[in-house]
Amino acid sequence: MTMDVPAIEAKNICFSYGNYPVLVDVNLVVRQKDFIAILGPNGGGKTTLIKIILGILTPQKGEVRILGESPKKVLGRVGYVPQNTNINREFPISVMDVTLMGRFGRSKYGWRYSSKDKALAREALEKVGMWEFRDHYIGELSGGQQQKVAIARALVAKPDIFIMDEPTSSIDRQSQTELYNFFRELNKEVTIVVVSHDITAISSYIKSVACVNQRLYFHDTGEITPELLNKVYHCPVDLIAHGLPHRVFRDHREFEND
Amino acid sequence: MIDVLRFSFIQHAILAGLFTSIVCGIIGSLVVVNRIVFISGGIAHASFGGIGIAYFMRLPVMPSTLGFTVLSSAVIAAVSAESKQRADATIGVIWAVGMALGIILIDLTPGYNVELMGFLFGSILTVSLFDLWMMVPLAGLIIGLTMIFYKGFLAMSFDEEFAKSKGIPVKTLYFVLMIMVGLAVVMVIRVVGLILVIALLSIPPYIAEKYTHSLKGMMFLSSLLSYFFILVGLYFSYVYNLSSGATIIMVAAGFFFLAFLVDYARKRQHVHE
Repeated sequence: MTMDVPAIEAKNICFSYGNYPVLVDVNLVVRQKDFIAILGPNGGGKTTLIKIILGILTPQKGEVRILGESPKKVLGRVGYVPQNTNINREFPISVMDVTLMGRFGRSKYGWRYSSKDKALAREALEKVGMWEFRDHYIGELSGGQQQKVAIARALVAKPDIFIMDEPTSSIDRQSQTELYNFFRELNKEVTIVVVSHDITAISSYIKSVACVNQRLYFHDTGEITPELLNKVYHCPVDLIAHGLPHRVFRDHREFEND
Repeated sequence: MIDVLRFSFIQHAILAGLFTSIVCGIIGSLVVVNRIVFISGGIAHASFGGIGIAYFMRLPVMPSTLGFTVLSSAVIAAVSAESKQRADATIGVIWAVGMALGIILIDLTPGYNVELMGFLFGSILTVSLFDLWMMVPLAGLIIGLTMIFYKGFLAMSFDEEFAKSKGIPVKTLYFVLMIMVGLAVVMVIRVVGLILVIALLSIPPYIAEKYTHSLKGMMFLSSLLSYFFILVGLYFSYVYNLSSGATIIMVAAGFFFLAFLVDYARKRQHVHE
């Protein structure tokens, strides 16, 4: 794998639910080892975009390349941490079994995972500090602990690209910082894409920013500027970049589709 | 009591109960964790159309019901694949149309059909050797498919989005699951009848879910519970001369209520600690 192949390349992506356009002509290139934040308002298409990147959704127009290949070909190289809200809390499953799910693909059939898969699951759980909870029932854990298990489940496949949807939404500030430090460490080896609406928490970790609101606005400096946010949100946003508070007050404008 | 065991109809009932319990445990667990109890109810009731067709056209009942039920499972799977919630009206229609079709076809069939009640409320004591021989491959198929696709079913049931991101063919598995529900329904109809199928598919897994930490464990425990309910129900129906299907369901419902109370007490205790 050469370094000049982009980790993710999305070209002219258009996607709509029925007649409602969610993404219009979106282009995105993510370098390898990048730590990119995807920001944007609710319903702006952030989650749709990553689902297209993951191959879960197929765009009506455009094309996605992951490490130069089609998404379906490189499933094993992308780790996905979905939003915590997907989890069925009453489901009878242990932390270990949730983590092992991340090994699917290497072994597809039967009901058992190999001892190698189990060793990798242990490694992943130790990395996120959840090994001692391995036999716990997933419903007993706090939101933050469940999130860590979801991260271990993505890690266990040893992905080159890590895609997370609101990874810190159900976590307190202290654990958020821990988690982001962990991601920074992880970023030495893998490309990280993180979807977030929490600009404050991530601003000091990221290397570049993409803002999505039907269209995509890309900044490769990692700096979140008031202008950028205004373009995306079309309304006043409280912004704290790199620990410095900037308050941006602008009048609401009519939604425009340029 | 013991000497009734030498009657072949009792032996058939005990064997049929065993096969249905295994199937109920496996499919019921998948139905409960995937929250498709209503959808499965639709399949169960629609199967009455198959019984009507069998009577009207004078075909062997179990095979033709099987064919019709698998067909309606496929239709329901197609309708509900995109969104399990939004499909509920359509499933309600299929549910009712299947029943209506069955009743009309039976009306059009000359003669009095004594066995009809058996299909509605079950008649485990009239299971024939032929029925038993039909149950073996059905149970085998369900066990086999579940064992082969267990990992996929587990991932799909727990977190569909993640499963899709791993390339698990979620839609295909859902289709396979619905077909298996259809097969299971036809087997369980012999035991408790199509109106009560849903109770035997959902009560044992509901109880088992509280006492296990894995889907496998849930399937196993549900199977044991089903068999226990069937045997105890059979015993009471024999002793008090009651309908076997309804008695089995009442036994299951009694334990359902008990499990509910125990669960409630445990939670309260937890709060007070």
